[in-house]
This record gives sequence, structure tokens and C-alpha cells, in this order.
Amino acid sequence: MERTFIEEDWMSKPDALVYDNHPETLIDRPLHYCPGCHHGVAHKEIMHVVEELGIQSEVIGVAPVGCSVFAYHYMNVDMQEAAHGRACAVATGIKRVRPDKTVFTYQGDGDLAAIGTAETLHAVNRGENILIIFINNAIYGMTGGQMAPTTLEGMQTSTTPYGRNIKDIGYPLKMTDLVAHLPGAYYVTRQSVHTPNAVRKFKKALKKAFEYLKDERGTCFVEIVSNCPSGWKMTPVESVSYIEEKMLPEFPVGDLKTPEK
Amino acid sequence: MSEGNGKDVRLMKGNEAFAEAAIRAGMDAYFGYPITPQSEALEYLTREIPKRQGVVVQAESEVAAINMIYGAAGAGARVMTSSSSPGVSLMQEGISYIASAELPCLLVNINRGGPGLGTIQPSQGDYFQSTRGGGHGDYRTPVLAPATVQEMVDFVFEGFRIAEEYRTPTLILADGALGQMMERVELPPEGSLPHEIPSWATTGKTPDRESNVITSLFIEPEKMEKVNEKLQEKYRSMEKEITFEAENVEDADIVVVAYGLSSRISQKAMHMAREKGIRVGSFRPKTLYPFPYEALGKLAETAKSFLVVEMNAGQMVEDVKLAVNGKRPVGFKGRMGGMIPDPDEILAAIENIDN
Ligand SMILES: Cc1ncc(C[n+]2csc(CCOP(=O)(O)OP(=O)(O)O)c2C)c(N)n1
Repeated sequence: MERTFIEEDWMSKPDALVYDNHPETLIDRPLHYCPGCHHGVAHKEIMHVVEELGIQSEVIGVAPVGCSVFAYHYMNVDMQEAAHGRACAVATGIKRVRPDKTVFTYQGDGDLAAIGTAETLHAVNRGENILIIFINNAIYGMTGGQMAPTTLEGMQTSTTPYGRNIKDIGYPLKMTDLVAHLPGAYYVTRQSVHTPNAVRKFKKALKKAFEYLKDERGTCFVEIVSNCPSGWKMTPVESVSYIEEKMLPEFPVGDLKTPEK
Repeated sequence: MSEGNGKDVRLMKGNEAFAEAAIRAGMDAYFGYPITPQSEALEYLTREIPKRQGVVVQAESEVAAINMIYGAAGAGARVMTSSSSPGVSLMQEGISYIASAELPCLLVNINRGGPGLGTIQPSQGDYFQSTRGGGHGDYRTPVLAPATVQEMVDFVFEGFRIAEEYRTPTLILADGALGQMMERVELPPEGSLPHEIPSWATTGKTPDRESNVITSLFIEPEKMEKVNEKLQEKYRSMEKEITFEAENVEDADIVVVAYGLSSRISQKAMHMAREKGIRVGSFRPKTLYPFPYEALGKLAETAKSFLVVEMNAGQMVEDVKLAVNGKRPVGFKGRMGGMIPDPDEILAAIENIDN
């Protein structure tokens, strides 16, 4: 098993740290997330971008039920908690009555791609001028590690104890690919945050997404291929390898739709 | 349009009348999904709002619609949705969230016959769902029950006022007949119900304040209990909103209790009974929650018995029994599944009462 990023020993190099600088837009309090979970990294980068773009007073976030339902404990912007699966409908309601604001959702795979599939597809199909951030950890983190629509073939979860059997339960659902086909989508990209380099790329893509929103030409959609050490029953380091070796081949990173294309 | 006295008087269908009233009440946004017998509201608003002011969105489902309501209400807008029974069932999770997050909004249920897909004919079968909260958890919503198309209009203004004053989802419960029938209505002028964006709304965090958060999540049970206590306190304080209409009750031996359409038919039966020399009065709650327990309880001191008339299997009758508290017999006459009682059968039920 090759682990180039470990061999480089990037963790010990202070200049490569992605967690040392603290944006004003992030509330300084201990995270409730499990050790090694990528939610924290994603939160921080989103708030970095909000700060760098100077849009804190314009932003309204929506965090639905899932591990990140407490996002408003950390993100220092106006936020609404949403029912499981309904973030895109809630964001639609906000954006329609506050069209001059920047509205984003932050949704897990269970939320966005199972119970909230209809809300997600229809919001994008209406071309709602919102940013959908889709954190795909291939599992239901909050409820204790059950199968998600994005769970990989053969992957063990608490409800696929013998591994996900495609014949029984179908395929990992690629919502980002689906969404990219909709004319209402303006910018669609898939990123990850499992290495410093990936974090930098994610941040760049996210910044573009926020900026594209200003064009008012449709929905921006950013998937983050993420981990769940607790649910996957792995150490954080193992989970990073799993992303590299298993998740990324199934969910390859890169832009799926850009305004130019 | 006008009767020449400066008043805006029209002949309107209930569904269109409450939609027009909402525009005049300064509604910022409407989110809805078609369902008979209330689709005219969404149709009317998609026709009128683009010419006037506000937002209207045909959602992909009632689930989406109620969550759009949650979002827009959380952002401080004056919002309304409407539906009919099966659609209102789908909204219940959202209504519970809205009640817990203490967001104001107006919901209109043009009740049709059920259970299940049921029928599109008028019913009062959703009384329990409306007055007992309807979704999960300990919450209630104020419920206004119009009996005329004019009240469909008036209660929209009243509904928005109550919703905003108490920060609560507020319901108008009318049956399919009230949605479909045409009557003379006098429409209030636009702008008569002022609205400011509340300070708690998510409108973007400015440097002069902390971030605003709309949530129904209180993970520590101690906190959750406090939230519940606050909600219950709020519901108790709503008692001053109780309204009802009592007619001929002073000398009545029998008081017929009914709301909405069945109250109109009951009133007709009351007059028929009076002509026959039977002393009948009528009592019509206009607020189903909070319910006029006290006023009815007082009537139990003078009347000999009560007859509750509903277009269901007997739901409000339980509240009337609570109000009367065993002091007098409480009878029930109901039709179900979209059937409307006629005055003769109510009269027969009155005559059957052995005082
Ligand atoms: C209507 C409803 N059904 C089920 C749940 C329970 N539930 C809470 S979070 C969740 C899944 C979360 O998974 P995901 O959206 O992938 O986010 P994660 O926790 O993995 O970040 C479920 C099933 C709920 N809260 N509401």
C-alpha cells in the first residue's frame, strides 16, 4: 500500500498545516466531530472563503440534519437548521425572499442523495441561485454508520454487515453526475479534502462557486469526497488511504460543468 | 367591483378570496402544490403576483413547499401556503419544525374527505390533526375556522397577525365547500397590515450583532424542556384570541355546537326548530384552538343539553364534552367522507333529544 502523502511526512511541516490560521468567520470552540473527520476541514475552508470574499454579512447558510447539523456552532454567519433532506427547499425559500443574499447549503449524502433527492434535483432544475455543498462520506455518520446511497460496492456498514450488495440494494448514486446534466446547474465540481493539496484545490473551487453565484445564472454544486473514520471503523490515516484507493476511483475529482464549457 | 361607496366588494370563490386577501395583507411569498379542492389559490397567485408584488413558487411537493415556508419565514418574510388534507399530512414534519423554531406563517387547509386519498368533497375530518398539533412533539397551532367567504378573507389578516404576534404557524381550517363556493366579499385595502423584518431573522450577520440562528434542535433535555415550557406558556397566553359566535343561547334548552359549513346548516336547523317551538340556540367557535371551553362551560349552567354537528365521525365533540364536563348530555350528529348534513336531518336529531 503506497501512502505518498504520509511518506512525505507533511504533517510535521508547519508550513503545510491547514489548521493553524483561524478566520474571523469561524467561531473558536472545540469541534464535536470525531477525530480525523473531514467536516471540520470543510467548515474551515468554507469560512475562509467567506472571509476572503468579504461576504460574511451577505451569507445565509442552511445545515440540515446529519453530523453537521451543528454547523451554526462554528460558522459565524446567519444560519438555519433544516429538516433531514430539505436543505435545498429551505434555501429556495430564503433565496426567493432575500435575492440579494448569498445562500448555501451544507448537506450529507443521506440528506442530499436519499431522503432529499427530490428537493435537490428540483432546486437545481429550477436553477436556484444557491450554492449546494455536498459532503459525501459514503455513510450515515450521525445515526451510527448505516448504508448511504453513496456507499461503495462491498463496503461494510451497520446495515450492510456483509458488504453492500449491488444486486440487492443498487449502485452508489452519483448525484453530482446527475446534477451536472441539468440545465439549471451552472457550476458543478467534485473535490476532496484528504490532503493539503486537495484542500487547496477544494478551496479554489469553492471560491469560484461563490463567485459564480454572483452571475445569477443557476445553481453551483460542490461535492466533497469525504471520510468517516468512526463509521468506516478506521483510523483517520486509514480513512485517508481509503479515500485515495476506493472512493476517488468511484467518485473522481474535477469539474463536471463549468460556465465556460 | 365597487358598490359606489368606495368599498371594494366582489363576488368571489373562497379559494380565490383568501389568495387575494393574502396579497392585500402584504404576503411576501407563497409556496404551494396543487391539490383539489384548493388549487385555485395557487392558480390565482401565479396569475396575480407577477403583476403585483411578492414571490410565488409551485414547489415539487407539499414537503418542499412547507420547507420553503420555513426558510422564507426564517429569513423574516410574511409567508403562506395552502393545501388540502393529504397535502397537509405531508407537511406535518415541517409544521412541527416551524412551531419549534417559532417562525410565523399562515397555512390554509381546505379540508376534503378521507382517510387516504378519500374524496375531493368537503369534510371536517382534519379537526384532530389541526387542533392537536398534527405533527410530532408537544406543540399546538392556533386554528381559525371561517364559515363564510368573507371570513376566509378576514381570517387571513387575523391569521398573519396572530402568527407574527406569537411567532407560530397559524392555521385556517375550512372545508372544501368554503373553498369552492362563491359569495359576496368586501376586500380590505392593501397595506393595512404593516410588517417589518424581525431582528431574529436570518438576513446576513452584520458586525453589530451575533449571528442569527433558526433551529429546532435542543440536544440537551434540560434545554429542550425549557423550550417546551416556553411554548406551553405561549399557548396559554393565546387564550385571549378565543372568538366564537353565540345565537339564541340565552333561553336555549338545546345548544347546537358546530363550526364552518356545518354551523351554517345547524343555524338553519335551529331556526326551523324555533318555528316548531323548540328552544334551540347555536354556538360557533371561530377559533378551534384555543377552544372556547369557558364560554361553553358557562352555557352548561343554563342549557339542558348540547348537540354537536360535524362533517366527521365526532372530533370537536370531545372538546365540547371537556367544556361541559359531564354537567349535561352532549349528543352528536355527523356525516362523513365528504357528505354534507342537511338541515332536516339536524332538525330530526334535535327533535330526538329527550330533555
Ligand atoms: C425524517 C428523518 N428521518 C431520519 C432521521 C435520522 N437521521 C438523522 S441524520 C441521518 C443520516 C445522516 O447522514 P448524512 O446525511 O450522510 O450526513 P452525515 O451524518 O454522514 O454527515 C438520518 C437517517 C431524521 N433526523 N429525520
